[in-house]
Amino acid sequence: MSTFEEVESRVHVPLTTPRLPRVAPILVGVMAVALGGLVVVLGASIFVGVLAAAVTFLVALPGWSYGVEGRRAAVDRLMTALIWSAFGVAVVPLVSLLWQVVSSGIERIDGTFLTYSAFRTQIDQPTGIYHAIIGTLMITLGAALISVPIGVLAAIYLVEYGNKNRLSRSITFLVDVMTGIPSIVAGLFAFALFTLMFGPAYVSGFGGSVALSLLMIPIVVRATEEMLMLVPSDLREASYALGTPKWRTIMKVVIPTALGGILTGITLAISRIIGETAPLLLIAGAATKTNFNLFDGGMTTLPVYIYTERLDGSDEAKLNAWGAALVLIVIVMLLNLVARLVGRLFAPSKG
Amino acid sequence: MNTPIRRALVPSVALLAIFATACGADNEKGGSDNDASTGLSGTLAGAGATSQEKAQEAWYTAVQGQNDGNLEITYNAIGSTDGRSQFVEGAVSFAGTDSYLKDDEGELTAAKERCGGEDVIEVPAYVSSIAIAFNVPGVDTLNLTADTIAQIFDGKITNWNDDAIAADNPDAELPDLKITPVHRSDDSGTTKNFTDYLGKVAPDSWGYEAEDAFPVSGGEGAEGTSGVVELIGSTEGAIGYADASQTGDLTAVSVKVGDEFVAPSPEGAANTVAVSEPVADRAETDMAVDVNRNVEDPTAYPVILLSYIIACQHYDDAEEEANVKGYLSYIVSDEGQSEAADYAGSAPLSADTAARAQEIVAKIGA
Amino acid sequence: MTNTAASPDWTTSKAGIGDRIFAALALAAGLVIVGALAAVFVFLAIKGAPGFSRAADVYGPHATDFFGYVGPLLVGTLTASVIALIIAVPLAWGIALAISHYAPKWLGTPVAYVIDLLAAVPSVVYGLWGAFYLAPKTVPAYEWLHEHFGFIPFFGETSATGRTVMTAGIVLAIMILPIITAISREVFSRTPRLNEEAAYALGATKWEMIRMSVFPYARSGMVSAVMLGLGRALGETMAVTMVLSVGFDLSWNLLGSSSPTSIAANIALKYKERSADLLAVLIATGLVLFLMTFVVNFVARWIVGRSERKMAR
Repeated sequence: MSTFEEVESRVHVPLTTPRLPRVAPILVGVMAVALGGLVVVLGASIFVGVLAAAVTFLVALPGWSYGVEGRRAAVDRLMTALIWSAFGVAVVPLVSLLWQVVSSGIERIDGTFLTYSAFRTQIDQPTGIYHAIIGTLMITLGAALISVPIGVLAAIYLVEYGNKNRLSRSITFLVDVMTGIPSIVAGLFAFALFTLMFGPAYVSGFGGSVALSLLMIPIVVRATEEMLMLVPSDLREASYALGTPKWRTIMKVVIPTALGGILTGITLAISRIIGETAPLLLIAGAATKTNFNLFDGGMTTLPVYIYTERLDGSDEAKLNAWGAALVLIVIVMLLNLVARLVGRLFAPSKG
Repeated sequence: MNTPIRRALVPSVALLAIFATACGADNEKGGSDNDASTGLSGTLAGAGATSQEKAQEAWYTAVQGQNDGNLEITYNAIGSTDGRSQFVEGAVSFAGTDSYLKDDEGELTAAKERCGGEDVIEVPAYVSSIAIAFNVPGVDTLNLTADTIAQIFDGKITNWNDDAIAADNPDAELPDLKITPVHRSDDSGTTKNFTDYLGKVAPDSWGYEAEDAFPVSGGEGAEGTSGVVELIGSTEGAIGYADASQTGDLTAVSVKVGDEFVAPSPEGAANTVAVSEPVADRAETDMAVDVNRNVEDPTAYPVILLSYIIACQHYDDAEEEANVKGYLSYIVSDEGQSEAADYAGSAPLSADTAARAQEIVAKIGA
Repeated sequence: MTNTAASPDWTTSKAGIGDRIFAALALAAGLVIVGALAAVFVFLAIKGAPGFSRAADVYGPHATDFFGYVGPLLVGTLTASVIALIIAVPLAWGIALAISHYAPKWLGTPVAYVIDLLAAVPSVVYGLWGAFYLAPKTVPAYEWLHEHFGFIPFFGETSATGRTVMTAGIVLAIMILPIITAISREVFSRTPRLNEEAAYALGATKWEMIRMSVFPYARSGMVSAVMLGLGRALGETMAVTMVLSVGFDLSWNLLGSSSPTSIAANIALKYKERSADLLAVLIATGLVLFLMTFVVNFVARWIVGRSERKMAR
């Protein structure tokens, strides 16, 4: 039982332990699929068949391994199988969703759709989503300009200055609570704030930015905090040892080291809020013409556009909604690419 | 070696921003010459009932066209309640609402105050039948009394081969199929009008108040008219209520009016409005009516939604006044009503109602 | 640019000022967050306070007081979120591990990229997908569950359309997968190489290496990721609004069509055609959700803290 015994026994075994053949997982996999197929043929539903195949695989392979290779290897086999099946199970719906957006959206994409707004003077005129693209970009940019400095600086405070004191612990806690603010409550809050300041029925894109930044800040803080904590303290100490002041150490050593992760966090946060509908319905109003002024007048964003087009219900409107969803994803994809590029450019050279 | 890149980045981002802000949408550049221009310009903001949204789209598009695109009209479909309160607060020039102004909470008085103490203009603008659509394979027409409908939505009748249904449909081959009643899960004027109909016509089977929220727990809830329509279409044995203009290929129940069964139609809806009683003690400019659900005349279809537009007689700003007048005149005009009928599937106002509404709207600015 | 590199300036007052300004800025940012949260709380409390004690008919038709009104919604919120977490967390960690430690680069990188993109799909689209594509497909599975495991109270009478709290939970799970995966993957992939090699050198299998080197290192990030996911699930509005068929029955059944909806979805459903009284009630339910997040985070923190103490022992 004791480790001593284990070590003792290992001394006597040959240097190589028995291993399953390399094709073992494939073999068991084929068998499991065959069994699942058989179950389906015998009259069960596809759902049961897939379930049967999965269970068979997850029992048979570790079981075989347990017999031949021992407990530790069997656990390893089981976990490997579980991790790969998690990968498979999750990627299927995600990819199917993405595929649906792309295939339904691509039909609608053309020059008119991208460069026209929804402003019409005749009912049969073509419309587009230019106004919504501009609205999305401006409101999201506004939210990012508010959230990124606050979020990153707050994370710096938590990791570099807070030293787990009472204040920093409560901020961490409050940030977690903030992630739970329902988006619609953020919208209600911004609505109340701005109507208090600027009179009733004030609508502006900036109000939307404020509501969205409430949702964005906690994500930025959390992601940045995690990345800053992962910067090895050796680096900081090396910098201090050279006499660099703390703030320059943070700016020149800590942030660049963590930049890739921080940028991922920020893009993730942007991705999270760029698709937000509920708060904007309350505070950002709506427009059919393109509005370039973030501080005055309603602005339509892509998600709000998608929402209203869906409520419309006609086939044409549905196509518009899918098209707008695709454009939104492409925008986020470009943002992602830019973030990665910037991260790579500013990352400290390795080597 | 980072610095040069960073230096290059800032101006290029700025340039990109300028580039983006410099171009408007292609369809907004310049208006065409139009002899029939009515010469309105600026902006006009309205808000209110979601039911009117599609009709409003047709109206403002047409009016924007008449004014060469110099006038921009927005209608923010935020719901009747918010629309009314934004109007009272003076945030919008006009509002659309599914239920008329009442003084239960002082709203009518407040609206009067907003209009400088003058009577508020309240005209019917959008009338639409609420279809009770169903999806039963092999059944193309279905006659139901209000009692039966009430029991179906209350969960009392649960199968399509129930005797109560068969009694009114001797010719139909009713299958042995579970009934899935579909209702709106969001609060809406459609639900309020539908439950009002059931409560007034079948009080014995429907013991609930007319409310925006569907009162029965059970059955399937779906969001929005489109949600209800799609759910009925995809579920065998489903029955639900939705704005008749959007039920598409689904077939609608004929409800019992007097001694006959009547299918929803624009004319039937308009006739119901025509025979409904005006609300007592209203100002001359206020056309609020209580819809007569118990109508006996088989040319009328009583399950309807009636939506109003609220505005003032005078506005401080002359341009605002002209814009409201121009827009509302178009809405209640025969042309505006038939435009909405084409585009949004609503029922044009009957001749008498329209004439009176036009008279009232003419008082704006006069 | 400056002379910092040339002359060590830990003795100069200039560095001290820079440090003080920077520290003050960082602190200010932290305080802004506290302030913003306090503002939201105060706003909810002031605007929502009347909502706790309105006339009985405001809460109607299924409740007569505030707690009767919010109770089922609270249950709905928790049920959907818990289902979402139970499904999403193991899957997300699995995918994150697969990408960071199992999959070859040609597979892992594009999949990671796709998953990041999915965080941006608007919840309206998830709602569409869930209501019209997923829900009908779940019906046979639910029927099978009811038939064979009907004795478990979770699997009661099934809905004919599949728009159940279970489906809502699945859609929520798919929605929160990207965010949990993205953050977990990031922290997993940042495990120091040396720690991993050390574990292998001790003869650990891959799984043992992950358990001994990766998880302890990533623990706090994994918890953050889950909390972010939970936050999104609790507050998600549109997808639940569109997917779930709403009722007011409090039962264990996850497969019926009359489960209560979540607080956030209820606000969205009721907001448009509400009276002033009902608005106060809705804001009060928002306050309850807010407080619930508070409690959930508190409990989670306590659990993590306890397990960390156990590890240290």
